Amino acid sequence: MPGSYIPTNYLPVLIIFIIASCFGLVMLTIGNFLRLRRPYPEKLSPYESGMPPVGEPRYRFDVKFYVIAMLFVVFDVETVFLYPWAVAYDKIGLFAIVEMFLFISVLLVGYAYAWKREAFNWE
Amino acid sequence: MNFQFPDLTPVLPEAFLVLGALLLLLIDLSIKNKNATAFISLVLLMVTGFTVYSTPSGVTFGGMFSVDAYSSFFKYIFILSAAMAILVSGRYLRWRNEEHGEYYTLILLSTAGMMIMASAADLITIYLGLELMALSTYVLAGFIRGEVKSNESALKYFLLGAFSSAFLLYGISLIYGLTGITRLNLVASAISESGLVDNPVLFMALLMFVVAFGFKVAAAPFHMWAPDVYEGAPTPVTAFMSVGPKAAGFAVMARVFLVALHSLQADWTTVLVPIAILTMAVGNIIALSQQNIKRMLAYSSIAHAGYALIGLITGTSAGISAMMNYLIIYAFMNIGAFSIVIILDKGRVPASSDRLDNFKGLAKTHPVPAFLMLIFMFSLTGIPPTAGFMGKFYLFMNAVEAGYTFVVLAAVFFSVISAYFYLRVVKFMYMEEPEEGEIPAASMSTAPVSITIVLAVTALAVLLIGVYPEALLAMAKNSALIF
Repeated sequence: MPGSYIPTNYLPVLIIFIIASCFGLVMLTIGNFLRLRRPYPEKLSPYESGMPPVGEPRYRFDVKFYVIAMLFVVFDVETVFLYPWAVAYDKIGLFAIVEMFLFISVLLVGYAYAWKREAFNWE
Repeated sequence: MNFQFPDLTPVLPEAFLVLGALLLLLIDLSIKNKNATAFISLVLLMVTGFTVYSTPSGVTFGGMFSVDAYSSFFKYIFILSAAMAILVSGRYLRWRNEEHGEYYTLILLSTAGMMIMASAADLITIYLGLELMALSTYVLAGFIRGEVKSNESALKYFLLGAFSSAFLLYGISLIYGLTGITRLNLVASAISESGLVDNPVLFMALLMFVVAFGFKVAAAPFHMWAPDVYEGAPTPVTAFMSVGPKAAGFAVMARVFLVALHSLQADWTTVLVPIAILTMAVGNIIALSQQNIKRMLAYSSIAHAGYALIGLITGTSAGISAMMNYLIIYAFMNIGAFSIVIILDKGRVPASSDRLDNFKGLAKTHPVPAFLMLIFMFSLTGIPPTAGFMGKFYLFMNAVEAGYTFVVLAAVFFSVISAYFYLRVVKFMYMEEPEEGEIPAASMSTAPVSITIVLAVTALAVLLIGVYPEALLAMAKNSALIF
């Protein structure tokens, strides 16, 4: 009966979740009581053994990076789609080839457009 | 197991439009005169309209996509509004040095998305069409790249639109989790067969849909984006956005609520009645204090979504047909009003364009645009013999017959309030003097032919439907028979 479903199979997961949280809390509390406390300023620097940070982390990027990132995502997603296609290919047959070529040709239009608009040109 | 090739005839209009738009994108790279691009896109839309007309009813892609009179009716609205938006765009973009061919491709793709939405018989197809439509309009809203307002508009629209898409997906996933299916008609039978009607999770899914579609049609309380987005977007895009995506939202809403969630009608009417009343209240009351014509029309567009919701609330075939009727009338009068705003546009003049005060004394300086604006304002108010009156009349009549007299009373009450801000424009035009030191707006004689065509078509349609609504009514009635 949908709606009244209680996931009994997942009870161990719940138990281990509770045990794990309690374990973490107990360990931290014990550590808090037992450990030595000797603060000095160097301990507060971001990287005790590295370089101090230079400038603010939020500064403006060149918009070109975003264009490259966008193009990357488009073609990245294309390959993601190619994987399940390749796995199911022998079950779908000719239809799969046609579909995939349609898909790739739509992407190709975008590729040609980006190329002609010089999106790949860094200068 | 071998897959059969799906029957491609029902998707012919959409396939043609998408392929045409993609080809246009490539061809445009070597076209210098952007008027040619606009012309090609108009031809593409016309051919698409013809294919919509000649495509027989049918279902394809395993029931995910269905063509019927209902979807065709909406497709005509989309194609019409896209064509009119393209016609009024040229000069507006040229004056801002933003006349690019991509603009027309994006309008075509957005139209294709709406057409897919209207034909969608599966929740996944709905999402697909919705995203195609929305992503294109996000870009269109920010098309005047140098203008901060336009950027603001695109960013707000994108962020909130993505948020509402998430609601839609959550609703779809809940439905799928409960029934194991996303096909609209099968969802309906799964709900009634397995006794899910009282399931609270199903009600959650219903609420998710209300939020997502409420956002798309700009119904209160999900309307917050509309004024800022409509004000910042290029005016032709605003005209397009306030008509096309709204109609597409209603097309999908009716299908989801009346087909898939048919057995929950009592629930969704309970949710939609307050939303409709609130939408009419918010739209009409806040519009009273607007000083910018685009913002005023944005709030008016919210209010009109409220009126159209009444048709959906009745849940009858007649009510839906009144809603469809109203949406096409709204398309004509709203695009007409926006065309006047575009005619009075002064190019890139900071903070002076689109002010309501620009209409002061317009009847003396520009009698023809003033008279046309008068017609559109009368129609938006719902004064006979304009189409707006007929649209409202049939909406209200059907709602009263279905027993929603109190909703109609509220609607009439807010219509009366709306007369104040619509007729204020008329008062500015006819009873006040032009402001001193104003840069004179372009007059009708220097307006491009394309805008004149749109104005002629919209004004004629508004008057014609106002005196002779029978043909349109019969068409809408036939189209709504599937419910």
